Amino acid sequence: MATKSTTAERAGAEPGRLALVCGLSWLIPGAGHLLQGRRQKGIVFLIALPLMFATGLWLEGRLFPLELSDPLVFLGAIANRGVGIPYFVARMMDAGLGTVTASSYEYGNTFLMTAGLLNFLVILDAFDIAKGRK
Amino acid sequence: MVLFAFFVSLVFAVLLRDDPRQQIRTGGFMFAGFVAAAYVLGWLMYPFPL
Repeated sequence: MATKSTTAERAGAEPGRLALVCGLSWLIPGAGHLLQGRRQKGIVFLIALPLMFATGLWLEGRLFPLELSDPLVFLGAIANRGVGIPYFVARMMDAGLGTVTASSYEYGNTFLMTAGLLNFLVILDAFDIAKGRK
Repeated sequence: MVLFAFFVSLVFAVLLRDDPRQQIRTGGFMFAGFVAAAYVLGWLMYPFPL
């Protein structure tokens, strides 16, 4: 198991490396942790977050468009995109169109948005590890 | 609801703790709290009409 970095060791964390960790962590949930040797955490996030996203699709939730005219839809769209590659794969497969009349529609929306928002927290955690704070 | 509570508890527990036993303990408490809160809120809302 990787040990925590000291502040001295990570004081010179390059901006490029930080960007790589955060970018990869966004695209692939848990990749930032795996890149830094936190295998157990990385694998949990790699499995749990896409599974949560897939559950949202199965529950017939909707992937919202980036519509600036409707702030809540816009925020929902940002949340959806937080999960990274699973979002783009879903869009390519025309999934996430949402069935408004489905009884599970709102539950699906919640799963889809929460998966993305949790990945934002995962990205922040990976960033903190890269900075040597953890 | 239970599935949602499971996923959220799992991710938060892994984020907040490093030791696996502490993660399971924290996640368990969070999961129990989510489910208990949902039941309590459900019963509190029971008297009110749709």
